Amino acid sequence: MSESTAPARTTSGGVRDTGGDRVFNAVNYVILTIFLIIILYPLLYILSSSISDPSAVTSGQVWLWPVDPTLIAYQRIFRDPALIKGFLNSVFYTVVGTAINVILTILAGYPLSRKDLPGRGIILFLFLFTTLFNGGLIPTYIVVSELGLLNTRWAMILPPALAVWNVIITRTYFQTTIPDELLEAAQLDGSSDFRFLWDVVRPLSGPIIAVNALFYAVGHWNGYFDALIYLTDPDLYPLQLVLRSILVQNQTNLHMTGDIESMLLRENLADLLKYALIVVASVPLLIAYPFVQRHFVKGALIGSLKR
Amino acid sequence: MRFVGSSQAEVAVPPLVVRGQLVGSRTSGRTWRLVRRSWQLYVMLSLPLLWLLIFQYWPMYGVQIAFRNFNVVDGITGSPWIGLTNFERFVSTYNFWQIIKNTAILSVYSLAAGFPLPILLALALNHIGRSWFKKTVQMVGYAPEFISIVVMVGIVFVVLDPRIGMVNQILGLVGVGPIDFMGNAGYFRHIFVWSGVWQTVGFGCIIYLAALTSIDPTLHEAAIMDGASKLQRIRDIDLPGIVPAAIVLLILDLSAILSIGFEKVLLMQNPINLQVSEVVDTYVYRVGLASPLPQFSYAAAIGLFQSMIALILIVLVNQLARRVEDASLW
Repeated sequence: MSESTAPARTTSGGVRDTGGDRVFNAVNYVILTIFLIIILYPLLYILSSSISDPSAVTSGQVWLWPVDPTLIAYQRIFRDPALIKGFLNSVFYTVVGTAINVILTILAGYPLSRKDLPGRGIILFLFLFTTLFNGGLIPTYIVVSELGLLNTRWAMILPPALAVWNVIITRTYFQTTIPDELLEAAQLDGSSDFRFLWDVVRPLSGPIIAVNALFYAVGHWNGYFDALIYLTDPDLYPLQLVLRSILVQNQTNLHMTGDIESMLLRENLADLLKYALIVVASVPLLIAYPFVQRHFVKGALIGSLKR
Repeated sequence: MRFVGSSQAEVAVPPLVVRGQLVGSRTSGRTWRLVRRSWQLYVMLSLPLLWLLIFQYWPMYGVQIAFRNFNVVDGITGSPWIGLTNFERFVSTYNFWQIIKNTAILSVYSLAAGFPLPILLALALNHIGRSWFKKTVQMVGYAPEFISIVVMVGIVFVVLDPRIGMVNQILGLVGVGPIDFMGNAGYFRHIFVWSGVWQTVGFGCIIYLAALTSIDPTLHEAAIMDGASKLQRIRDIDLPGIVPAAIVLLILDLSAILSIGFEKVLLMQNPINLQVSEVVDTYVYRVGLASPLPQFSYAAAIGLFQSMIALILIVLVNQLARRVEDASLW
């Protein structure tokens, strides 16, 4: 891991650039600047629109900066009971789901990293086979249904309680970071496997727990499909399903615009609400993003390490 | 017993010993000693294995409903066998070829656009001198990856809106439009693929950037001494250096090719673009779960049909990769 994070000093040269290299550098900067604008502009446009006056948004006066800034859309959003309920549900699914995910992933990843585990090959195969072939949507739905999980909070937590991909990167992490000598020393001291996992492995697992927690949490927070098929009670809906009805299915929420009399104003506000919703829905991850970005990069790299 | 650390150990051992005599008669005593010594590891594995059994292998067992006429009362094993009827029905359905064609085009298009661009981005970033600029591009480039599918499709809809959308606002400047992008089936594939590229290209280059930094710096130094230009160094040093990573990622992409972005397709579908946006997965969802009369067996058969093709694909691709380059998944 440590080599890959070291800066690529040599290739950024510039000591004796040839004429061709100077052209290359210029073109490179231009291309990357265009790339930056293409990524950034829609995001800024949405942010600016969300805090602009509704009529300015509708009449196309917003280009980059907000016009007649107002927070009316945000005030409306935070008044909406369905959105707040969805937000709280999503927090619940994400926190509880991720905790279970991380525990199960460690419990699977650690034993599978042990070379002295009899039957390791078979158990590993049982895990890996599911990445090649699985029952598919309908049989999984029937199982969830037969377990009586339909329309319960468990349907959002148990079916995705483990991801084989994460088990594999966790196993790889343990194999590369926990020296065999530590285990041998502990075994000579008569330490049990449970004790070794808790006293030795756990303190060394910080990075892999962080990586797992982040990937699982983003999955829980961003997912909508499980909720779509397993849940029918709106009281259990996660935020993404509420967002889907407003952003994708274009259902104007009466709680938010119902009190406005003019039809035109109401429509303008409905447009504005979409921009504000996109911002609000992305904010939790965008706030966390600068802090966790490093871990995500690490996760992507651990994942690629041993495939 | 080497592990006598905890009191639970002594409690749990007796039943294992009893079973041990059964197993011990078949396997060598040494293996059995190892198994018994590792019982705590098996206890750790028990919950994950239970999950695997319930949520992966039970559905696999349930796949047999594809060959049965499933009804809830008789359950998975009680429903009558009907052989390949469900498969025949799917193959002879009026829009079978259209669904297959849509799936193939969308997958191949996504891959063709989404695979090379992260490589190009990584190569470009790797030759940027100013590190603050590089860091800014990376930071901004990774961000869209974390936007949820629902919000992403929401962004696509508002940005392309014919009345208030940003794109039509810009097109208006040059006197074009307004264009109703989502109201025209002809645009669907482009919108789907390029919004996907917008979202994933930045994050996708991470692995290539890592591969590039692990290239021996002396190669570049020697090439600079020999007067090689940056383009030559990219072609002869950087590209060969990331080929192994690229092949592994290509195998992974190809093996998932049939299920590319199904949740996003579902959100972007509307009655107007259904002729080009209906793919196998959305069709399974439509006939199996979204319909007022869910046809579990028929939908499961279509799902199995797709899984088998995907399985064949990944084995073929892996074989090919092993022959061409010395890289493979197994």
